[in-house]
Amino acid sequence: MPHLVTIDNVDMRYGGVAGTLAVSGLTMKVGKGEFAAVVGPSGCGKSTLMKLVTGLHIPQSGVVIVADKQVTKPVSIVGMAFQNPTMLPWRTTLDNILLPLEIVERHRHRLRANKREYVEKAEHLLETVGLKGFGSKFPWQLSGGMQQRANLCRALIHEPELLMLDEPFGALDAFTREELWCVIRDLHAAQGVTIILVTHDLREATFLADRIFVMSARPGKVLKEHTVPFARPRDLEVMYEKAFNDMVHELHGEIASARVVA
Amino acid sequence: MSVLTENTVTPAKPLAHHINWVKLAPWLYTIGLFVLWELLVIVLQTPPTILPAPSRVFQAIVQYWSPIWKNSLQTLYTTTVGFAIAVVAGLAIGLFIGWSKAIYAGLYPLMIGFNAIPKVALVPILVIWFGIGAVPAILTAFLISFFPIVVNVATGLATIEPETEDVLRALGAKKLDIMLKVGIPRSMPYFFGSLKVAITLAFVGSVVSETVASNYGLGNMMSSAQSQFNVPLVFAGLLMLAVEGIAMYALMAWIEMRMTGWAHRSSMSQ
Repeated sequence: MPHLVTIDNVDMRYGGVAGTLAVSGLTMKVGKGEFAAVVGPSGCGKSTLMKLVTGLHIPQSGVVIVADKQVTKPVSIVGMAFQNPTMLPWRTTLDNILLPLEIVERHRHRLRANKREYVEKAEHLLETVGLKGFGSKFPWQLSGGMQQRANLCRALIHEPELLMLDEPFGALDAFTREELWCVIRDLHAAQGVTIILVTHDLREATFLADRIFVMSARPGKVLKEHTVPFARPRDLEVMYEKAFNDMVHELHGEIASARVVA
Repeated sequence: MSVLTENTVTPAKPLAHHINWVKLAPWLYTIGLFVLWELLVIVLQTPPTILPAPSRVFQAIVQYWSPIWKNSLQTLYTTTVGFAIAVVAGLAIGLFIGWSKAIYAGLYPLMIGFNAIPKVALVPILVIWFGIGAVPAILTAFLISFFPIVVNVATGLATIEPETEDVLRALGAKKLDIMLKVGIPRSMPYFFGSLKVAITLAFVGSVVSETVASNYGLGNMMSSAQSQFNVPLVFAGLLMLAVEGIAMYALMAWIEMRMTGWAHRSSMSQ
């Protein structure tokens, strides 16, 4: 499998030479079309990882390669979604979803002339995440879970090759979260997009991912890599199997010991 | 006053339910204030040169209607011109300051220092430069009212959520894109909110300047009425100022509602 993302021996330090070292000797590879999850104790540099891969931060040493190119500036082939949906309240949900198209170089000049086509695409995405007919609503008229669905649409509208998710379901209740797991699972299966999910939720990581990277406490590096053996498509029922729970248990143990070391 | 009305209407419950007390409250309270004032003057028997009764003030308004009307218009004119300059300059400077952290950090202390200067102290300087009349009044109104606009616009720009910025920057957005798509729309509620504060301050500025250095305007009219011990006319001038202030405030509040209704979500979702 060719690699879409390669991170090789990366150091990232904030605030000059004497600043905090956020990640050190970080190495990981994510294949094209793969679903990777990154778990670890809090403050392990997961958000730094997000910023390194998207090109918002350039590492002091080591290389980050995304789609066969070394990252030296923001890479526009990614879509991002955070825990905070950050919908712009003065735009309708549909206009919020279209926002990336007004930015990304290869779409912004086509947008006005081909508005219809893009709107259709956005509406199709809304339908996929179960928000059909909500495009004209303002974000604050939607519930937290619905906003997060719209947030996913916005992250996907420009057909990114890579989707970076930073605890996107952290603020949702358990049932909504499970619903959205299924939404993400189906999106991944249907669109063949590569996904890197940063999360604290070990069940979420195990349910969704092909591979799980366990990170150490700060300065963060990859301690261990797991391949998730469960066959796709996975049903929510898989979470009640013994093998699933054993894996979550194992991950839990690894993170607990990583915390103690810190 | 309000207690009294409530007591009298309590038995007639159905009627009380038909009246929108919230809508009526501003009028009732205003009338209540005047009634209280009138009673106070009657009970204390204060002479009109100390505290004239509202009835005496209204009488003065009728009696001196022509000069009051003329001077009110003059004050409204200097205030709105000064305010308009403040809106344009405040918006421009606010956008400039909010553009980058460095400019924000550099200019902010200067702005605060400037704002701490009592504007009445600047009037003599303005008179030296421009002579007495409308120009110092306009400039004082401008100087006193542009600060809240600048601060609010700059704050709106400076407090963009970092996640929003990250999402857009990762897509290759330039600073200008982020400002146009997020920063400026986002700072609009702050901007329109600040107009309500700024317009009332503008009245303070223009009247202060007219009092010290002008032959026109309510400030000038009040200071000459005071020198002739015509206290009812002084109060008539104050009343006109209050009326103009409320009218302009209401206009700004209306504009704010129209322009940034999305920021008042609770009232819109009903």
